[in-house]
Formats: sequence, C-alpha cells, structure tokens
Amino acid sequence: MTISKMLLGAASLAMVAGLAQAESHMADTSGKRIALSNNYAGNSWRQAMLQTFEEIGAQAVADGKVAAADAYTTSENQATEQAAQIQNMILQGYDAIVLNAASPTALNGAVKEACDAGLVVVSFDGIVTEPCAWRIAVDFAAMGKEEVDYLATRLPDGGNLLEIRGLAGVFVDDEISKGIHEGVAEHDQFEIVGSVHGDWAQDVAQKAVAGILPSLPDIVGVVTQGGDGYGAAQAFNAAGRDTPLIVLGNRQDELTWWAEQRDANGYETLSLSIAPGVASLAFWVSQQILAGAEVPKDLTVPFLKITQDTLDDALATTPEGSVANVTYTLEDAQKVIADAG
Amino acid sequence: MSFLARHRIILPVVSLAVLLAATFYMQPRAMSYFGLNLLFNLAVPIALATIAQMLIIMVNDIDLSLGAFVSLAACVTATSLNDAPLLGALILLGLILSYALLGAVIHMLELPAIVVTLGMSFVWGGIALFILPAPGGVSPDWLRTLMTVKPPIAPMAVVAAVIIAAVTHLLIMRSGIGTVLRGVGGNARSVARAGWSLVRLKALAYGLAGLFGVLAGMALVGLTTSADANIALRYTLLSIAGVILGGGEFIGGRVSPTGAVIGALTLTLAASFLSFMRLSPDWQIGAQGAILILVLTARLIFSRKGAEE
Repeated sequence: MTISKMLLGAASLAMVAGLAQAESHMADTSGKRIALSNNYAGNSWRQAMLQTFEEIGAQAVADGKVAAADAYTTSENQATEQAAQIQNMILQGYDAIVLNAASPTALNGAVKEACDAGLVVVSFDGIVTEPCAWRIAVDFAAMGKEEVDYLATRLPDGGNLLEIRGLAGVFVDDEISKGIHEGVAEHDQFEIVGSVHGDWAQDVAQKAVAGILPSLPDIVGVVTQGGDGYGAAQAFNAAGRDTPLIVLGNRQDELTWWAEQRDANGYETLSLSIAPGVASLAFWVSQQILAGAEVPKDLTVPFLKITQDTLDDALATTPEGSVANVTYTLEDAQKVIADAG
Repeated sequence: MSFLARHRIILPVVSLAVLLAATFYMQPRAMSYFGLNLLFNLAVPIALATIAQMLIIMVNDIDLSLGAFVSLAACVTATSLNDAPLLGALILLGLILSYALLGAVIHMLELPAIVVTLGMSFVWGGIALFILPAPGGVSPDWLRTLMTVKPPIAPMAVVAAVIIAAVTHLLIMRSGIGTVLRGVGGNARSVARAGWSLVRLKALAYGLAGLFGVLAGMALVGLTTSADANIALRYTLLSIAGVILGGGEFIGGRVSPTGAVIGALTLTLAASFLSFMRLSPDWQIGAQGAILILVLTARLIFSRKGAEE
C-alpha cells in the first residue's frame, strides 16, 4: 500500500466518520445529568408537572439518553430559597438545570452563577430574564385576549364581566390580566365590573367571588386564569344567580362540571391553560442543548385548548383532581426548536 | 457555672462545624473557594437580617415585619437607588428613621411590639408592591461588584460574615452605648433610674435594626441582581431562628452578635445539607425544624447542667 493510498483510505474513513457524525449530528448525552428546580408544588397543575417530569426523566435514564433527571422543589414559593437550591445544584455537578422560577428576576444572580460554571439553564412557565438562560414561554397575554375574543363570538351584545385574577405580584397574573384588558379594549361592548384574586385555587376563588357578588350587577361572563372556574360557578350557584359564561382552565373538576352542565342544559364554553407537560418539553430542549444543537434563546409553546368537541376526550384522559395534560417527546422538542430557528 | 454555660458561643460554633463537616463529606466539591461562596453567599443578607432581629430582641421586643421590611429595602435598592442614587439613599434613610420612630412609639404608648410589627409588615409589603408591582428593577453596578468581589484567601461570603460579626460585636458587646442598650433588655427600670432616656434608647435600637434591615435588602439585591416585593418574606422567621440558634434569648438582653451570624450561616447550611441528602421536599421543612429543635435541646441540657453545678 502506497502512502497516497493510505492517505486516501484515512481520508475516506474520516469522511465516513464525519457522515456518521452528521447523521446523528449530536454529541452523546448519556453521561449528562439534568435537574429540575421547581419553586412550588401546592396545586394540581404543579403536581401534574412534577409527575410528567419524573416519568419522562425515568424513561430517558432507562433509555440511556441521560445519566440522571432529578426533581427538586422548594418548600415554599420563595425566590431566596430557590436561588440557594440552584447554587446547590452547581455544587452537585449537574450539567443542566430545568427551571420553573419563583421570580423572573430575583433568581438572575444564581442563574448567572450556573451559566458561569458551565451549566445549561432552561426556564419554562415561570421564566427568568437572565440573558444566558433559555426561555420556553407561553404567550400568557394572548391567552387572556383569546378568552375575551371567544366571549365576543358567543355574546355579541356584550355586557358585564367579572375578572378572576391569580396570585398578586406574580408575573403570569399580570400578563394574563393585561391580555384580558387588551381584549376588553378591543371589544368595547364588554365592561369589567369587578376583579378579585382567586390565587389559581378553587376554594380561594369561591370565597372571593362570593364576597364580591352581592355588590355586582348582572354578569354575563367570567374571565379566569385557570384553577378558579369551578369555584366561581359554585359561588354563583350559592348566591342563587344565573350561571354566566365562565371560561375554564383545564382542571379536572372544571371539566367534570362543564360536562355535567352540558348534559343538563347544553352549557357551552371554552377551556384553556398551559399544559403541565411543558416540563417534559423543557427537559428535551435542555438535552438537545447538551447534545450540541443550536437552540434559539426564546422558544414559545402553544397553550392547550379544550372546546365543546374535545371535552369528552380531554375528560377521559385527565386523572381525578389533576389537570388536562400533554407530554412532549424528543421529536416535539426538535420541532419546536426548528420552528423557532 | 460550667464551661459551656459561661461560653454560650461554643454550642453554635460546634453546630456549624458539625454541619459543615457533614456537608463536605456528602459533597466534597463544596470544599473549595468557589464551593464555599456558593454555599454561603445567600447567608450574608440573612446574617444582616438576623443582626437586625437581634437588636430588637435585645430590648425585649420581637419584629414580625422584618421580612417585609427587607423586601421593601430591596425594592427601593433595585429601583430608586439605581435610577436616582440621591433619592434612593434618602428613601432608605427615611426607612431607617421610620424604624426608629416605630421604636419610640412602641415605647411611649406601651404597645406590644409583636402586634405593631405584624401590622407594619402589611404596610411595608404594600409599599413594596406599590414601588415594584411586578418583579424587576436592576441592582446598582457598584453593589453587584461588591457582592461578587473575589477577595484573596477566603471567599466574599466568609469575609463578609467575619466583618459583620466583628463590627456588631464591637458595637453591642464592647462599646458603652451597646452595654446600655443590652441593659434596656436586662433591667429597663435601672437604666432609666441611671438617667438614660428609655424612649431614645429604644428608638436607637430600632433605628440600628432598621439600618441592618436596609443593609440586608441591599446585599440581597447585589446577589440576585433584581428585586421582587415578596423576595425576603422568609427572613422574618429565619432571623428569629438565627438569633435563638446563635445563643440569644427572647428576654433579658442576652444576645450574641457573633452567635447570631453563626446561627444564620447554620440555617442556610442546614437547607443545603438537606438538599444534598436528596430528602424529599415534603420533608425538608420538617427536617429543618428538627435541626433547630436538636440544637435548642442541646443548649437546654447544657444550661441545666450548668445550673446544677
């Protein structure tokens, strides 16, 4: 074998290797460890989110995609504790952190520390503003606006609306409310005559609505943020008032109530919320970044909408006390990344 | 008196050392300049808040508004102090003065501090939400630089803890006015008979607490880079636990600044230790409480033994 032939052989070998590399065009992530930093676990949405992450993580570890996928939750929704938790994850040697943040800004210091230490940080749902982190955001304002748009199609004559807000001072609450008010400005046949904080919980919403109802005129529609529609319906019922058109938020108790009302009197509405399975999307996105994929820093995930037609399917797949969910796969993540790129 | 009862500082030091050794054993990576800073940098604002709480406990009161107050100071730091330093500094000064005024009012009207401060916590929280309705703001650059400085030999967190402990030790334990202030908690009547104005002393103690509360808020913003109206709500309970863990007592003016700083470090470390143990989050709060009870039990046993001898 002459030297030139040897060189040729080596070159073709290298080409084959290069092709194989291009085919998977990804680095191996089987040795990488991913952690979920979660700030709160006290409602059905968060429980479903944690469960999705644990299922998808366990499967990914079993398939040899990653070495570990561990979930951590701080006991109370406190930014200072979560910042400490993130710093601990750096010390524990994780390669990536999937983050649902207590505050979009108060964790920036800790997130920066993580980036500087070479970790990949992917925030979702509760996103962070630190530029070195990735963000998988839901357009919450669009969600709020869509509620009013839907009401406008159902109630062309307009009327008085009651707004149920989430937890005061949380950015998601501000965004959804902003969208709702934008919608009302556009469809000026509607007027928001009352606004209460339901903290995304049925019992809180019920108390708050029951408290404000006696002071309100006739209400034709209730715009909500999710987790509060059933409580609102109960409050209207207890006050002996007609049930208005309540936009729901994909919770199982809300969907059950909707199905009951539909069967009894043909009640029709819309339900929309962000699917807790977005945690699985964030997980796969972080895996793709570790694998070396080019991922834009800002990704958007669509919200999960349930209509009159899809109600029965959604209800059948939602466990009791939980929330309608979608689990994202690696392919879904790749598609979201490709769409954003 | 036994050795331990005389040197109250020994128990907090031993607790911290044991916990630190256990953490290093579980997570050897923490045993480095970088690791120590990550473990302890968030303890710096807690240590400052604990000193603030200690100053209130020193005069036999308790402050349930501290967490909200630190959050408010953080919000002012991340907004006004950054945009218009002079105005921001004036607002922070105003906050300190209002704390001093609060102390004077509590004393003159003989109001229970626990009720007044609980009420004030809603006032501070309301103002904080007014300043920063949604999380945001930016840390002033100099503050960020200060909190991320990398001094030689020991990391910032350790250096800061030593400085805080040394300064407050000199102020409270060594200086004349510090001794008189502790006397207010020990025996207010004799301090008054000796010709001191109790109103002024209480105002001074509260004012100093306000100062350290503001410093805690500033340090916190320097670390997090921005603020949030709810950012430090946990500090109320953490600071009380820190004072007690560090060898202080609720009445009698028996406090220890060094102990309080060590108590704050111990509490921070306990949370990290539990997270390294991969303990389920549902159990973590309980376990944190258990550590607290353990240390207090140890203290009680030693002080009983001291009394028997």
